[in-house]
Amino acid sequence: MGAEAKPRYLPAGESALVVEFGQTIDPALHDRVLALDAAIAGARFEGVNETVPTYRSLMVHFDPGRWTMQALAEMLDRLETAHSPRAAPKRWRIPACYDPPFGEDLAEAAAILGVREDAIVAAHSGALFRVYMYGFAPGFMYLGGSFGGLPAELQISRRATPRPPAPPGSLLIAGGQALITGVAMPTGWYAIGRTPVKTFERRRERMFFADVGDEIVFEPIDAATFEIMSAAAEAGDLVAREDTLQDSNP
Amino acid sequence: MTPRLIHAGAPARLRLLCAGPGVTIQDEGRRGYLRYGVTEAGPMDWTAFRTANLALGNESHAAAIEISLGGLRAICENGPLWIAYAGADFNWRRDGALLPPAARLLLQPGDSLTVRPGAMGAWTYLAVEGGFDTEPELGSRATHTRSSMGGVDGRMLREGDILPAAAPGSGGDRSEAIIDAAWLRRTRDPIRVVPGPQDDYFDPSSLAAFFDEEFTLTPAADRMAYRFEGPEIAHSRGYNIVSDGVALGAIQVAGDRRPLILMADRQPTGGYPKLGHVIRADIGRLAQSRPGERRRFAQVSTVEARTALLALEDEIAGIASHMAPLRREPTSKLLLETNLIDGFTDALTDLASR
Repeated sequence: MGAEAKPRYLPAGESALVVEFGQTIDPALHDRVLALDAAIAGARFEGVNETVPTYRSLMVHFDPGRWTMQALAEMLDRLETAHSPRAAPKRWRIPACYDPPFGEDLAEAAAILGVREDAIVAAHSGALFRVYMYGFAPGFMYLGGSFGGLPAELQISRRATPRPPAPPGSLLIAGGQALITGVAMPTGWYAIGRTPVKTFERRRERMFFADVGDEIVFEPIDAATFEIMSAAAEAGDLVAREDTLQDSNP
Repeated sequence: MTPRLIHAGAPARLRLLCAGPGVTIQDEGRRGYLRYGVTEAGPMDWTAFRTANLALGNESHAAAIEISLGGLRAICENGPLWIAYAGADFNWRRDGALLPPAARLLLQPGDSLTVRPGAMGAWTYLAVEGGFDTEPELGSRATHTRSSMGGVDGRMLREGDILPAAAPGSGGDRSEAIIDAAWLRRTRDPIRVVPGPQDDYFDPSSLAAFFDEEFTLTPAADRMAYRFEGPEIAHSRGYNIVSDGVALGAIQVAGDRRPLILMADRQPTGGYPKLGHVIRADIGRLAQSRPGERRRFAQVSTVEARTALLALEDEIAGIASHMAPLRREPTSKLLLETNLIDGFTDALTDLASR
């Protein structure tokens, strides 16, 4: 990257600070979010309680008894300039079933986009995603393209009115983003498939297996495999696989 | 539930005879998991919550019962059990006898407590010595019903629930007392707000109107958010932003142009512009509003907000100097227990020594 714009330091009350790198979904902005997040974690500042990375900003929750907004912003600005490297992201292979009854809105999305259903499936299972953030509810994993925007076959607007709840593990698309859900909720997005993987499972050692910044690849499975894997996931298995060849990939 | 260490004798506990909707176990909130989409939860009015805990010498993080307008009835078992309660102007009774709105008491086995909402306020807190010993989840006992986490099975409390107190702490001042805390008195002062982080998404005249006009709390008010009705707040560049973090007290304005203030059960991230945040020193006071109540908002800096918060925390930490002896209606049992002769002698000795 060439000359990078300075982030904006914005107050969210007296106990949280937003470090805003931009206002769009962009892997280069997100890299800066993650670099600052890693630098803060590494420095273990007393009174910096918790950080929340998002698509384009980092929220820093702090103890106002230890920091003023001004002092914290100045300290983070020095850290940001230092560009601490972050750990290499993991790449996760996540089984995905697009067949009936799981690809609930696939036909609808295909009609709106003017493409064949299998083109959407091919785009979704062929893309390299990045986990940009969690939000909404435990394990709701917000994804975007790892190198830029999503393929055209996945670029669909949100619905005007929400559809009935999509079950946990639903693979949703809308607004240039993709999402894996953790609990059932009504949604304005389109459900194009489902994974047996639980993004949040209290009984697992790693309750949330993927970190923000990790990469995701979806691997198509049939409905019979989904049921087998779903039973394994219920029993506490992760089902998702960590890709061991990530270093040889782009 | 995992097996517990067996104490000599069962721990003192409360058995709920009745719990209205919205009554939950809360501690100071679930920390460290916001980045995974996990809501912090915690008390709606942290000032009252902390007051009740500190009145017992508890850690400020100890779990207590948050009582909604639904009210509560409970009976003490395996006592004696020290309790303290504080919050809005609720009606508290012990075995039918009216109590002050905030106090520290010793419950004996079989004593009952009845809590009903009074004329004003929305939340009150019942703490026990050592805190309630429910099962923590992700490091916290705070209940978040939307994700079924914490408290008792992640749900609101109900009739039949048994809530044991943790082993008592080191003690401290242990007399029955009235809690007379100025910070719990309701004032009509405006709710203070720090602008940002997206105040630049709003039309300047709309922003000015937000701080000039009065707003009314609508019935859409729960642990997640309070929706206000008032002058429309116009956006200057649309109302969709790429999601970013959400802190307690965020004032979010969506397409309906009404302020929605995000409370204890807010989501950790959101996609609507936020014009400002209610400061921590005032969030409890805001939480104690009831639908139909009118509020004004005043703009302050982060420096003023910080000063107000630290001053309030100091005041609450000095709770011991805001307690006065609780006088009970004399009963025959109490009179029998009182040694009147000793009291008389002490008074004489005291006089003679002057």
